[in-house]
Amino acid sequence: MPDDFRDTERSVWVDIPSRLFDPKVANHVYNEYMDQLEYAESVGFDGIGVNEHHQNGYGIMPSPNIIAAGLARRTSRAAICVIGNSIALYNPPVRVAEEFAMLDCISGGRLVAGFPVGTPMDTNFCYGQIPALTRDKYREAHDLIMRAWSDPEPFAFNGKYNQLRYVNIWPRPIQQPHPPVYIPGGGSIETWDFCLDYDYNYSYLSFGGYLAGKKLLDGYWERVAERDKDDSPYRAAFAQIIAVADTDAEAEKLYAEHILYFFNRCLHVYPGFSDPAGYRTISTIKAGVLDQFRAEMREKWTRLTWKDLVDGGFVIAGGPDTVRDRMEDMIRSLRLGHVFCLIHNGNQPDWKTRHSTQLFAEKVMPSLRNMWPEYEGDDRWWIHPYEERVHADETFKDARRQAEVPSGTSTGSMDR
Amino acid sequence: MTDLQSPPLERIMVTTRRGITCEVLVGAPPSGQAEGSIVSFHGAAGPLGGEPMLAALASHFAVYAPIWPGYSELGGEEQLEDMQDFTLHGADIVAALDLHKPHLIGHSMGGMVAAEMAAAAPGLFGRLVLIAPLGLWLDDHPIADIYSLLPFEFPPLLFHDTAAGTALMAGGLDFNDTEAIKTFLIANSRRLGTAGKVLFPIPDRRLAKRLYRVTNPTLLVWGDDDKYLPAAYADAWKAAIDGAQLEVIADAGHMAPYERPSEVAVAIEHFLVV
Repeated sequence: MPDDFRDTERSVWVDIPSRLFDPKVANHVYNEYMDQLEYAESVGFDGIGVNEHHQNGYGIMPSPNIIAAGLARRTSRAAICVIGNSIALYNPPVRVAEEFAMLDCISGGRLVAGFPVGTPMDTNFCYGQIPALTRDKYREAHDLIMRAWSDPEPFAFNGKYNQLRYVNIWPRPIQQPHPPVYIPGGGSIETWDFCLDYDYNYSYLSFGGYLAGKKLLDGYWERVAERDKDDSPYRAAFAQIIAVADTDAEAEKLYAEHILYFFNRCLHVYPGFSDPAGYRTISTIKAGVLDQFRAEMREKWTRLTWKDLVDGGFVIAGGPDTVRDRMEDMIRSLRLGHVFCLIHNGNQPDWKTRHSTQLFAEKVMPSLRNMWPEYEGDDRWWIHPYEERVHADETFKDARRQAEVPSGTSTGSMDR
Repeated sequence: MTDLQSPPLERIMVTTRRGITCEVLVGAPPSGQAEGSIVSFHGAAGPLGGEPMLAALASHFAVYAPIWPGYSELGGEEQLEDMQDFTLHGADIVAALDLHKPHLIGHSMGGMVAAEMAAAAPGLFGRLVLIAPLGLWLDDHPIADIYSLLPFEFPPLLFHDTAAGTALMAGGLDFNDTEAIKTFLIANSRRLGTAGKVLFPIPDRRLAKRLYRVTNPTLLVWGDDDKYLPAAYADAWKAAIDGAQLEVIADAGHMAPYERPSEVAVAIEHFLVV
């Protein structure tokens, strides 16, 4: 984005003029970012993730399912984490049931299905949903999708927002009864209870970092205890910005400018878009725990220095030892079974992203495994791929083998 | 004629057949000789206090001003989900008050509801007074998105006199008091959240195609400095309702009933007393 972006435009989101969008640059970055995610699988990451934002200058993925489909074809092992589809925005939401089932089939049962309510920017201002009815519509969409996945016979659905005479999705997901469901949410008790009612994973996604996130996760774990659920850390996931170099000094030298670009330039969201009346429930406003979500707070983030970012836990950056120590601290103090590692940030070039990804995978990740021995093997919130799954090109190779064996004739046209 | 020293309005409670309990501001001439009854619906900003226009009208009419669900602590807003619910709630209030053919007044969002009520059942109501009503959308004059406004942006948009408007909207709130701000935010979220069911993202629920049904004599009242709903909207309403009259109030913005209560009340009285 232009250097004077903050001065000339009021928001990176919702009404950022699309004249600033250069499709030729997009051709480059879409492919670069997908390559990076595929690279992450190749160095050992368990999953690769995408999410949904609209009319946004730093997140150009209005349809994460398109990206996920590409990733599913070019990977073979990692979970494809779509965190997720804003289900209140799809008309009808069986579209999500269908597309997620397609992704699960294409990937051979590697889909993690995220169902966010969606930010006010995306849901209300970009997609016109009525704030006070958004959660109601979300709940109905959830009920419809889950029943569509689980009911093997056609059924009629007479909802408030969706009336369908014949719900009967083709295809169905490989993972039964359904792919693992992740609910990205803030700190509302309603969201925590929703996750616990259905035993879904609760994912806290923000750019605020783990020190600020502890308050929310503490509230979540208290609620888990109140509800008499087991305290498996795999019930929770957290997003954290990470940058690894050979030394702490090198990390600042390599990554500071790009992460500062992200905080100082990309997070410039007009405060009027952060909280339309009716979006937050009255009980959530009363609890007052969502302040770090609000644009006023994000606007403060746009003036942070590298030291602020590192000291405040917004960023875990440094040499492998530093990053490992802080990751362990985060995982233990927030009680996390899953971490979304945000390794590409702002205008970080490809080689640096790969460098950081590789160092993390080789020198940090191994010691983070098995941090929760008492819950070893707890795979309730993880994918269950189909053992006999095939990958891109395999069916083609099979066909070629079959064509070669009986006749022995040339398959030259296929070889080209 | 109108008297700004009229006695303050009283509050009564009514419960509709749907089961929603509402506060209603009421006022009537001390003599008991009312020249008819009026039911008046407030706008999305809610009653700002004092209600000087209604108090003035109460010196000649029996005035009933229901407080919309979501605009008090009484609840019931969860039962109102769409335009039809809002329209029927208005009619339910009239029924609960046991009024025969009252005149309807509506300001802004309240005007949208009053117009819907008249379109649905013109024979149930007397005359119709719409003060800068919402409900129409003109592509050439897009209406500001009040859901993305910051608090300080409301007064200059809604009032002719920004300073006076700021004082009216703040209602004596101390913005250094965290608890007061929390209370304000909760009330505001509940109010505009409820209004959003008929106003968000565009305050048009296809009323235009129903306005042909309004056969009630209609007065449109518009501030000459309404920056929220500019004069083009007054013209559109005038064209949409057969025989509608337009009264423009000088030095008034969208909140004309609060900025020029006496002038607005006089215009309404002239129209209603036939």
